[in-house]
Amino acid sequence: MALLEIKDLHATVGDREILKGISLTVNSGEVHAIMGPNGSGKSTLAQVLAGRELYVVTGGQVIYDGKDLLAMLPEDRAREGIFLAFQYPVEIPGVSNMYFLKAALNAIRKHRGLEELDAMDFLSLVKDRMKLLEMDQVLLNRAVNAGFSGGEKKRNEIFQMAVLEPRLAILDETDSGLDIDALRTVAGGVNALRSPERAMIVVTHYQRLLNYIVPDYVHVLAEGRIVKSGGKELALELEESGYAGLGIVDEEEAVAKL
Amino acid sequence: MTAVAEQGLRETAFQRFLELGFPTTHDEDWRFTNVAPIARMGDRLRFSPLAKNGCLSPGFPPEAQQYLGKYAPFQNHAFVALNTALFRDVTYIHIPRGQIVGEPIQIRYDSPSEISHPRTLIVVGPDAHCTIVETYSGTGSYFTNAVTEIVAGSGSVVDHYKVQLESSSAFHVGVMFASLGRSANFSATSISLGGALVRNEVSVTLSEGTDATLNGLYLVNGAQHVDNHTSIEHAKPHGTSHELYKGILDGRASAVFNGRIIVRQDAQKTDSKQTNKNLVLSDEAVINTKPELQIFADDVRCTHGATIGQLDAESMFYLQSRGIGKQDARSLLTYAFAQDIIDRIKVQSLKDSLERVLFEKFHEHDR
Repeated sequence: MALLEIKDLHATVGDREILKGISLTVNSGEVHAIMGPNGSGKSTLAQVLAGRELYVVTGGQVIYDGKDLLAMLPEDRAREGIFLAFQYPVEIPGVSNMYFLKAALNAIRKHRGLEELDAMDFLSLVKDRMKLLEMDQVLLNRAVNAGFSGGEKKRNEIFQMAVLEPRLAILDETDSGLDIDALRTVAGGVNALRSPERAMIVVTHYQRLLNYIVPDYVHVLAEGRIVKSGGKELALELEESGYAGLGIVDEEEAVAKL
Repeated sequence: MTAVAEQGLRETAFQRFLELGFPTTHDEDWRFTNVAPIARMGDRLRFSPLAKNGCLSPGFPPEAQQYLGKYAPFQNHAFVALNTALFRDVTYIHIPRGQIVGEPIQIRYDSPSEISHPRTLIVVGPDAHCTIVETYSGTGSYFTNAVTEIVAGSGSVVDHYKVQLESSSAFHVGVMFASLGRSANFSATSISLGGALVRNEVSVTLSEGTDATLNGLYLVNGAQHVDNHTSIEHAKPHGTSHELYKGILDGRASAVFNGRIIVRQDAQKTDSKQTNKNLVLSDEAVINTKPELQIFADDVRCTHGATIGQLDAESMFYLQSRGIGKQDARSLLTYAFAQDIIDRIKVQSLKDSLERVLFEKFHEHDR
C-alpha cells in the first residue's frame, strides 16, 4: 500500500484556483522532488498536505497510510507522521525552542502510545540530533526562530525533523537562502534521515539541492498540474534547458532575461 | 502626627469625599469604568467619619508624620479622600539613607471585611536600595480601596511590585503615588489578575535625572473589568521613563489603559517611551487604550504606541504542524505574549509563582 496517494487534488486561495488536479503516489522509502517555476503551486501543495486552513480543497482526495488526510486537523497529521519543513519558518518570541520541541515530541509520542520523554532523555536525544545539523546548542534556549539567520532557521527545521522522526517529510524550498556550506550541512542532515520507513517530498525551484539530495523521482509542476514526471535525470534535463525547454513560462527566468 | 492633626486631615478628607461623591462615567478619568456597583455598596454601608481623636497609635513614628497624606492628593479623587478619612492603620516602611535591603519586603493585604482601606507609606532614604511586593487578595464579595505613598530619596533604587489577586467577585481600587528624587532609579510593576471591577492607578513624579520604569500585565476573562491609569510627570530635566503595559482579554471582559505623560516646561532632555499591547482572544472582549501626552518643554523625546491584536494565524499553524494541539498552541502563544513582562520581574519567587498562576489560568481557558 502506498504511504501517500494524492488523487486529482484541487485547491483554491480566495477565488483563485492554485492546484488544478494533482495526482501523485509516494511509497515509503522514496524521495520525490517536485520542481516548478514560481507560482506553479509547489508551496501550496506542501501547505495543503500539512493542513493550512488558508487553502480550501475544492476537489480530489488524499489518502495517507490508508486514512483520509484532508479530514484531519494539522496537529493530527503531524502526530500521524507528517512533517512540513517551512519555506519561511515562523518566529515565535517568548517560546523557547527547547520547550516547543519537547511539547511537540511528547504530543506525538502520546498519540503513538509511547511514554512522554522526561527532561534528561529529551536533552540527550536533542544533543544527538544537533550534531547531525552542526547546530549551536545556544539556539535551543533561544525563542523559536526569533532572531535566527536564514540559514539557522532552515537548519532548525531539519533539526526538528530529526527529533520528530516523521514518516513523510515535506521539504518546502529548504535550499532557499542557504549558502553552499549551509546547503551541504542541511542536505547531509536530510540524507542521514533517509530510510526505507520514511518518504520525502522535496519541493524546489532549482536543481542545485538535488545534487545533494538525490531523488528517486522528479515531477515538474506548472500552473497547478504535474506536466512531466521522470527519474533523477529529469532534474538535470531541466538544468540544461530550463523550464522553457518544457514549454513552461518561468516568470523569474523571463524577468532575468529582460 | 498629633491626634488633633490627624483628626483634621481625616475630617477634611471625609468632607471632600462627600463633596466629590463617587465618580461617574461623565468624568473623563472614569469614562470607561463604571463604579456604580461600588457606589451602591457605599450607600448600603453608609460611611461615617471615624471617632474623634484619630486612631493612629501613639507609637506612630513622628518622622513618618511629615509624609503621611502629603503625596496622595485627595482634592480631586474621591477614593483617595475616602481612604484618607477611613484607613485604620498605616503600613509604614522606612529604609534609612544608604541602607541596602537585599531581600524583598512582602506586604500582604488579605481583605479582612466587606470594605477596607489599606494604607501604605514607604519612605526610602537617599542612596538606599529596596524591593517591595504588595499583594492584594481575599475571598467572597468585598471592596478594597488601597492607597500607597512612596517617597524615594535621591540616588535610591526602588523596585515596587503590586500583585492584584482579588477574588472574582471583589471590587478593587488601588492608587499609588510615588515622588522620586534626583537620580533615583524606580520601577513599578503592576500585575492584575483578579477582581470583578478593578482600577489600578500608578502616578509618579520624576526629578532631575530620575529613571522610572512602569510595567504592567493585566489578564481578564469572563465579565471582569480592569482599568489601568498611569501618570508619569517629568518635573525636572534629564529624566527617563519607560512604560510597557500588556493586556490579555478573553470572554466578555473589558479593560482600559490610559497612559498620561506630562513633561513640564523645566523638564528639558526628557526621554519617555510608552507602549501598550493587547491580545484579544474573543470577539466580545473590549479594550479601550489611550495615550495622553502633555508636553510643555521643547527639547524632549516622547514616543507612544498601542496595539490590539489576535493570535497570529501563522504561528498557530506552525505549532499545530508540529503536533501541538490547537488549545495548547493557543495557551503557549498567549503565555509567550505575557513572557516579556514576567521576564522583567527581578524577584525570583514572585516570578515562579506568577508563571504557575498564568500557566493554570491559560489552561483554565482551554476547558
